Amino acid sequence: MTWTIAITAGILFGAGTYLILQRLLSRIIVGLGLIAHAANLILLGSGGAPGEPPLLDEASAGPYSDPLEQALVLTAIVITFGITAFLLALAYRSWTEQGSDEVEDDREDLRIARRREERP
Amino acid sequence: MTTLATLPIVIPLLAGALALALGRSVAGRRTISLIASGASAAAAAMLLVVVDNEGAVVVAVGGWAPPLGIELVADRFSALLLLASTVALFAVLAYAVSQRATDEEFRGFHAVYQILGAGVALALLTGDLFTMFVAFEIMLTASYVLLTHRADGTETRSAISYVVIGLVASALFLISIGLIYGVTGTVNLADLADRLDAVAPGLRSGLGWLLFMVFGIKAAIFPLFFWLPDSYPVAPTPVTALFAGLLTKIGVYAIIRTQTLLFPSDEPSTFMLIIAGLTMIVGVLGAIAQTDIKRILSFHIVSQIGYMIMGLGFGTVAGVAAAIVFIVHQIIVKASLFLVGGLVEESEGTGAIDAVNGVARRSPIIAALFLPAALSLAGFPPFSGFVGKLALVEAGFAVNAWIIVGVSLVASVLTLFSMTKIWAGVFWGTPNKTERRITPRGMALATAALVAFSLVIAVAAEPVVSYAERAANDLLVERVIAAIPDRVMS
Repeated sequence: MTWTIAITAGILFGAGTYLILQRLLSRIIVGLGLIAHAANLILLGSGGAPGEPPLLDEASAGPYSDPLEQALVLTAIVITFGITAFLLALAYRSWTEQGSDEVEDDREDLRIARRREERP
Repeated sequence: MTTLATLPIVIPLLAGALALALGRSVAGRRTISLIASGASAAAAAMLLVVVDNEGAVVVAVGGWAPPLGIELVADRFSALLLLASTVALFAVLAYAVSQRATDEEFRGFHAVYQILGAGVALALLTGDLFTMFVAFEIMLTASYVLLTHRADGTETRSAISYVVIGLVASALFLISIGLIYGVTGTVNLADLADRLDAVAPGLRSGLGWLLFMVFGIKAAIFPLFFWLPDSYPVAPTPVTALFAGLLTKIGVYAIIRTQTLLFPSDEPSTFMLIIAGLTMIVGVLGAIAQTDIKRILSFHIVSQIGYMIMGLGFGTVAGVAAAIVFIVHQIIVKASLFLVGGLVEESEGTGAIDAVNGVARRSPIIAALFLPAALSLAGFPPFSGFVGKLALVEAGFAVNAWIIVGVSLVASVLTLFSMTKIWAGVFWGTPNKTERRITPRGMALATAALVAFSLVIAVAAEPVVSYAERAANDLLVERVIAAIPDRVMS
């Protein structure tokens, strides 16, 4: 179980990192989504295998998984969801402003690059 | 007394909701926002006095005793930073209100501003690693909105890199929390301090550096700072000043809190000192290459973070105390420098140092505000920067860290050079324009109040430094937070 989670998280991370290094904003956002999923999976896996219930009497319940990290993941999912929605709105704004989905170069970086070319 | 510790979080949240409800009336929103910020600053000041006299205040939120529930903890360190932050929040808000443009253009400004304040207070007061994550998200989400509300071309572009970096850092933060919880079975800071002792040293330091990196992105240390000079300068002045004064310092707070509590070490950390030195030098060299006031100042934020990491890297009470004094000084001075930069932009129409000349003759008040703040940043006596830097240098000598002390002094000289560049470019010379816009008096007054506060730190250097020493003693020797569970049980 832990191995499945670890390997899945690893694959998600790899794919996510590849995607956020792309030029197109839509791919970056998908990449961020994948990375966030990987983080949530790791958080979920951190509880370990189900064990004895902490409060219920032993007769009534079988193995019981740790509820805390599930609560944490739920919070994290909601937060990531909100910010991803915000980022999508920003991407749409950027698309309407400049008509393309590509992330522009920074103007100051361009200025410095030009200065280097001008000098012998 | 327990109510007092929750006030700096609750007041801004309520005020934010009220400001949204009062959507139509600008005056109403302004009043509520100003009252709330003033009240939180007052609560923070009272909390500081209480904490200093009676020891740390612990609040079990919802009545659930830790480690089951979430707790808020105010110790000397967090109380001092809370006071500095709320004062900066109040002054910047007063500036924004008198500038008028920012909050008239953007109806949600006050609501978002208050929520950001609540996030800052929660990040400082929480005694729980996951709540700290939530606090950072509250703070960052509010900052995303403040940065993008105008959403023209440049702003959108800068904001995208800011948000993407923020999200990646948050994912890393979550992973660190997951791993730490997997190893120890708790996210409560006091519990963690206890249980991490049983963890294998290699695993423990791995977790420590992971957290250092996560907060390092937020604090903009070398080599994780590239997002900062890219995104901060494009926002409206009050927003930039707020970000510059507060956000990175909350990252540094989290670094100091977690490193001293969870991953303490008795020796100076060479790795941290190298990072500190590189942050100082690379930041200040970046500043020298720039030609716009706000961009110069943005690179200085990075450079000054290096000094705080240096103090922590010494690993001694004196070092951490010096870092604490330095953070407080930076929160105030950085915000006031950006406000002055905004005053120049407001009256001259631009902050490019080639395009503006002779401000000292045209607007002596702006010059008079810039000078003490700039000299303080460079660490000139008798200003507040000198107090912080002197303490850092002394702490460095005490552990024989000559190289890093030398590097920090070189960085200070370069800082002075870059401040003289602004002074010579913008303030000296003959005015090259005839027309200028009148700056509202309130803006200058808010800036002046902040500059005056930094002078107060300099004048009251002795009590501030001795308070910081008590705070550092709490962190390293008494380990106040680590002792909490025992006290709650008894």
